[in-house]
Amino acid sequence: MQDKNGMNSKNEKKKITEIKGFSSFTSALMAIVIGLLFGFIVMLLANPSNAVAGFRYVLLGGLSRFGDVLYFATPILMTGLSVAFAFKMGLFNIGASGQYTMGMFFALYVAFMFDLPPSIHWIIAILAGMLGGMIWGFIPGIFKSLLNVNEVITSIMTNYIGMYLVDMLIRSNSAMYIPSMTRTQYVPQHVQIRSLGIAGSNVNFGIVFALIIAVLLYIILQKTTFGYELKATGYNKHAAQYAGMNGKRNIILTMVIAGALSGLGGAFAILAPSEIAGSSMTYEPINVIAANGFNGIAVALLGNSHPIGVIFSAIFISYIQRGGTLASLVGYKPEIIDLVIAVIIYFSAFAAIMSSAIRRIFANRRNKEALITEPQIENIEEDVGSEIENLEKNSNKEAE
Amino acid sequence: MDTFYYLVQNMLPVSIPLLLVALGGMFTERSGVINIGLEGTMLSGAFAGALFAYAIQGSGLSPNMILLICMIVAAVAGAIFSQLLSFAAVTMKANQVIVGTAMNMMMPALILLISKMTFNSDGVTTSVRYFIRKVPVLGDIPVIGDMFFKNTYLTVLIGFLILIISTIVLYKTKFGLRLRACGEHPHAADSVGINVNRMRYIGVTISGILGGIGGYFYSVGITDGNINGHNGVAGFGFLALAVMIFGQWQPIKIMFAALFFAFLRTLAYSVPLIPFLDNLNIPTDYYKMMPYVATIIVLALTSKNSRAPKAEGIPFDKSQR
Repeated sequence: MQDKNGMNSKNEKKKITEIKGFSSFTSALMAIVIGLLFGFIVMLLANPSNAVAGFRYVLLGGLSRFGDVLYFATPILMTGLSVAFAFKMGLFNIGASGQYTMGMFFALYVAFMFDLPPSIHWIIAILAGMLGGMIWGFIPGIFKSLLNVNEVITSIMTNYIGMYLVDMLIRSNSAMYIPSMTRTQYVPQHVQIRSLGIAGSNVNFGIVFALIIAVLLYIILQKTTFGYELKATGYNKHAAQYAGMNGKRNIILTMVIAGALSGLGGAFAILAPSEIAGSSMTYEPINVIAANGFNGIAVALLGNSHPIGVIFSAIFISYIQRGGTLASLVGYKPEIIDLVIAVIIYFSAFAAIMSSAIRRIFANRRNKEALITEPQIENIEEDVGSEIENLEKNSNKEAE
Repeated sequence: MDTFYYLVQNMLPVSIPLLLVALGGMFTERSGVINIGLEGTMLSGAFAGALFAYAIQGSGLSPNMILLICMIVAAVAGAIFSQLLSFAAVTMKANQVIVGTAMNMMMPALILLISKMTFNSDGVTTSVRYFIRKVPVLGDIPVIGDMFFKNTYLTVLIGFLILIISTIVLYKTKFGLRLRACGEHPHAADSVGINVNRMRYIGVTISGILGGIGGYFYSVGITDGNINGHNGVAGFGFLALAVMIFGQWQPIKIMFAALFFAFLRTLAYSVPLIPFLDNLNIPTDYYKMMPYVATIIVLALTSKNSRAPKAEGIPFDKSQR
């Protein structure tokens, strides 16, 4: 029995490099390492004397404020899930920003304009945010499915439309907006999401909801017919159509769900109680596209569009962002982190190719005996290499 | 009539960045690569151009000379920046949309970083006056002089020049034919000895050059020669993509599409100056939304007979067919 177990574990060990999750993990890791190295080089160029200290903040700074890491991870986890979910269907939801902004607005509207019992008011506000995102995700969805308009362009356009629309609606609403402060009032206490009560941090129930939603999405994608249809359509649209799947309906549904996720992100962000000034509870209509939507794209790509992967990548990105903020203590600009994230995304686009090359090297080593041609060449090279080394040693000795 | 002249005079400098960047996008897509990173490319050109203008603005050169020099700098910057896309998309066969997105994220961060470190601000501010009140001789022509040669920038002339060159290159040269072949059917092109990857590199580089110039012209014609990392180019890179699609990947149609969008945008920003619209009392935000709403509507109307290059977005793999 023991032998058998041993054999099994050996087989499993052999297979681990062949598991899909492993390869996407290694490729993400590789992209992260390259991105961080790049950040370190930028820091070295900017200010060599503090580079090590600054880089330490980036790498380890988030640990001391892990509550805040989770607090800032919540919205980008939601937008990341939104982008990832659409990716599974082969749709690129670049419109997460607009859906996120819409979610914020709907949540704010319910928070200020509705008079509800305090115990359910915040829940209704969150659901309203979801509704806002759904509406804004529906638009690219319906244009894509019925008129075959590229969803990338429409969702970029809905980003701008949503931003201008929300800014306008908020500015014209005297119950919410305080012109002298150019921002809305603060969300009343009873509409705020309940805090998790960890001292010295802003972490709240938003992250709990977000994690539950991520797991739910995983189940939907892996265990339901709908999830299967989505993935099938994502792999091969025509084959899915031929197999009788309703592509048009699924496109709309996917975009609506993606919108709902982004909208929830907006609601979680705006309704979160926080002591960091201006980071939540109030909206400033200054005609700027919400950055969290674009960060969501980064999160989704780094997480390989897998709901569980997205959880880790959201926390990771939030973590190095916190670290970047702390690096300003030694004189570095937090924009370095944005640059690092962009570099990570850039490399993650072809990290899969690099990692498959690495995997091939692994496989070659293992099958050295089985394969004849390539290992032989390697051996020859090794032989030549060792011969050269010997020659050098000899010549060195002679010189001595 | 004054209002009309005013609109045309303001519309042209706005349309030129859209036109150039959309033409750049056209060249890449015609070669078979999707360039979502045009926004970032524009920013790279705008930043390099403005930075160089900042460096030489005190040297006594005339503004239009500075514009020409900085245009070349912007073109070089855009071309270099676009190699990020061509390397990833052509050599590494990566997902082109992801690479483009990364490029768009990279540039604002880089601008903010460099500007904050060197100028302690969010961007570059120059004091070059590119504005031309009236072109000598040509500005005296009745109607046409008022429309095209008064209150304008040199960028307008250069923009239309580039349009003509692009049209000729795409349709009347051997290179243009080969480029289009690579976007439609790369394997057929490959079978007659065209180096598909090389053509795609060139296509992306052209879009880098035009994108860089377009970005610099944005900063000249719209933000007074300044550029900052927060506002960037206000989504013009994305709008240019819409312009390109609306223009059905054809230079002349792209020009009309660019003029259309520029007109809507100019209208949005000059509502208070037009008595008829001002009296309607509609918030200006509605007008600001209009170019984007129009994009969606226009795309919905034209998508049925879309003439997108057939092989766009698909990495070329010689062994597949």
